[in-house]
Amino acid sequence: MMLRIKRVPTVVSNYQKDEGEDAARRGGGCGRNCLQKCCIPGAKLPLYTFKRAEEIPGDKCVLEHDDNQAPVAFLDSLLLGQWEDRMQRGLFRYDVTACETKVIPGRCGFMAQLNEGRHLKKRPTEFRVDKVLQPFDGNKFNFTKVGQEEVLFQFDASEDGEVQFFPDAPVDADSSPSVVAINVSPIEYGHVLLIPRILECLPQRIDRESFLLALYMAIEAGNPYFRLGYNSLGAFATINHLHFQAYYLAVPFPIEKAPTRKVTTLGDGVKISELFDYPVRGLVFEGGNTLQDLSNAVSDACIFLQDNNIPHNVLIADCGKRIFLLPQQALGEVSSELLDTQVNPAVWEISGHMVLKRKKDYEEASEENAWRLLAEVSLSEERFEEVKALIFEACSYTLSEKEDEHLTQGAGDDKPPLEGTGSINKGRNCNMVSGTQECLVLQ
Amino acid sequence: MEPPQLGLIEQSFNSRYSNWAREALDELPDNFTITDPCISGHPIVFASRGFLKMSGYSRDQVVGRNGRMFQGPNTCRRSVMEIREAIREERGVEISLLNYRKDGTPFWMLFRMAPVFGKDEGRVIHFVAVQVPILRRRQRRRNGEGLCGEILSNSCRREVCSSSSVELAGVSAADSDCRVQAMEGSVWQHVDNYVFPKDCKPLDGFQLISFLQFALVLFTSLEIEEKCEASDTEKQLAATAISNVLSVLTHYSESTGRLVCEKRFGPSLVSSSLHISLGRIKQSFVLVDPHLPDIPIVYASDAFLRMTGYARNEVLGQNCRFLTGVDTDPSALHQIKQSIQAQQACSVRILHYRKDKSSFWNLLHISPVRNATGKIAYFVGVQIEEGSVDRHGLSPEMRQLSVVGSIKVAVRSSSMSYSIH
Repeated sequence: MMLRIKRVPTVVSNYQKDEGEDAARRGGGCGRNCLQKCCIPGAKLPLYTFKRAEEIPGDKCVLEHDDNQAPVAFLDSLLLGQWEDRMQRGLFRYDVTACETKVIPGRCGFMAQLNEGRHLKKRPTEFRVDKVLQPFDGNKFNFTKVGQEEVLFQFDASEDGEVQFFPDAPVDADSSPSVVAINVSPIEYGHVLLIPRILECLPQRIDRESFLLALYMAIEAGNPYFRLGYNSLGAFATINHLHFQAYYLAVPFPIEKAPTRKVTTLGDGVKISELFDYPVRGLVFEGGNTLQDLSNAVSDACIFLQDNNIPHNVLIADCGKRIFLLPQQALGEVSSELLDTQVNPAVWEISGHMVLKRKKDYEEASEENAWRLLAEVSLSEERFEEVKALIFEACSYTLSEKEDEHLTQGAGDDKPPLEGTGSINKGRNCNMVSGTQECLVLQ
Repeated sequence: MEPPQLGLIEQSFNSRYSNWAREALDELPDNFTITDPCISGHPIVFASRGFLKMSGYSRDQVVGRNGRMFQGPNTCRRSVMEIREAIREERGVEISLLNYRKDGTPFWMLFRMAPVFGKDEGRVIHFVAVQVPILRRRQRRRNGEGLCGEILSNSCRREVCSSSSVELAGVSAADSDCRVQAMEGSVWQHVDNYVFPKDCKPLDGFQLISFLQFALVLFTSLEIEEKCEASDTEKQLAATAISNVLSVLTHYSESTGRLVCEKRFGPSLVSSSLHISLGRIKQSFVLVDPHLPDIPIVYASDAFLRMTGYARNEVLGQNCRFLTGVDTDPSALHQIKQSIQAQQACSVRILHYRKDKSSFWNLLHISPVRNATGKIAYFVGVQIEEGSVDRHGLSPEMRQLSVVGSIKVAVRSSSMSYSIH
């Protein structure tokens, strides 16, 4: 028996209509200047190409603009400028900066926004939410149907190892471009969608290449207040076409402030910690000998979760240096009271940013309410321990081909945390470091 | 990133504190830096002798740079975030932090920072940061082995991890477990004797045994753990140091007439966190406040000052009309005025005049900027000199819009926290 919920989705594109209307239109050429075969030939969009990490010595690329005091990076500049341009052209459904917002008093610092215009007043659409992996359905709305004016620029790796910008590059379908588009119902200023390899129409599921692209975007923007988020199906993703979201908010997110306990270090240098004293249980990934190592560790964990039908959200923060992975309860087990509130605990809400549509809710927003709402979707402690252990197995398994057995033994251990320090036995970390590992001399 | 001009750095210090201040600060034994959040990039404007010795850098290598230069791969990101947020909220913070010296070796220190408020401005004009290196106590014994056992097992790890003394000194990012071996007793009385890994010798079994036998060589390197708590003594040192520095600064600001104090005095016009965010934007722009009489400039970027030839104190508080002159088209002015009244954005091409009376065509874009209440807080004016070229190939319009976007994010976010007001 399939589980369905009736929810009011938010509109992310001005071209997002009900399926019924879409079907009627699908007949001939659309004349809407979209991204499908009808309109792509001859289309031109700005193109930003980034330098891949291995082409840069040391970890210079990561440390260059990693601060709120470094000059605005060019990608940051480009994105904000293009976004403001669409603002002035009236493409957004409302001016998000006119929505009142505040930090809720308390120690966590949850953020609330009063946004009456975000949700549709139309009839809700049905959406199957008990399966994390669902095949792409061309009949439903997807991002190839957006108008080109909603696309800000193409975003891809550069071919010759140089950061480059082309104000007017042809959209080459054969090169499978990735694009950044606006979200016409923004949560905050600069709310965009990163759509990897848009023309391939990938369903909403993580793969290594796409996740790496998202990570590169966080790095290139060089702004710790520009974060990327991902919602799997079943964790309140609204569209089954692979996409990440991002926006700017120059305050710390509660999840970023939450204390963490180190759990393990993988053989490739990726450090995994877990959140504690936070309503939702989750893991934090940091470090890694290379960017790919960090990216792959998270991707592999997500792939494991999606293959096992565990809904999850991912937050890329701190210019790509910290990545949060939060598995969610299956929706069938979430209370109907929560589902009725229409506050969908997706990645932004879980990170501590709530958008409320009623003034009463906004005025009465409190830390306890917010905490309670988020705690609903968290995995229980038991279940989280299970999932955590399985994730480590999944991550180590992919590494074990390269590392010696010393390493995988270490990964499988389940020693209790030391009292007081909250960190797992140091001995385990010693085991983790294999003799084949190279030491990098700091420049 | 180009460091700010030395002139600005010098001025940051000299305009506030009399000449004797530098001498007085140089007499303090503590490690500390003074930074200016109002200069783009939030650079260090003063570094104490103790600080330079601790970090291994010379004064020239540090003054004008941002504090992040001392961070590295094993520096805890959450701690960096806490410091960043304290700066943004114009308050103090005390936290243990892993920093790196010039030779690449990491060390733990207790970082304590306090804001210095300008009495006239009512906002933060400097931050003072004190760094107290955290000494390691003798290692606890583990698994019933003695200190000897620990040293041997650690040396084995070290040999696995590094193959040369150079690498040993430059502790790698990947290798995160180098142990502390410390001798008790009088050695610890010497403040200078902690954490000098360059004195470490490459370890092999023979050398270790002689080390144990003779116990002559003090060998320390720090375990890079997740956390490293400072002792009460170290915290006391930090408190005293901060107090010393603040006394010097408050005392020597009296003679310049531009008083500083430890607490905010009066309301602030543009918070220092907004200053820091705005300082990241390299283009020419001003913020004006439409709620104040005659709509004065409340912020002007360095690029604006360079473009127009004025000094900051000549433009703050003034209405923008000083930029106009005899040949400025009144209809352009009218258009600007109307847009502000209608609370809308507009672009005009207007003839403006620099301080030296030379004129230039200004592609001016004006836009309302709202804060967290959702209401308009400022108008931003972005100036582009007609004919100037952007190295990235962005059109003037796009360049202006990106400035507007950055400012909108900065103003909205900086006014969200209730604690700021």
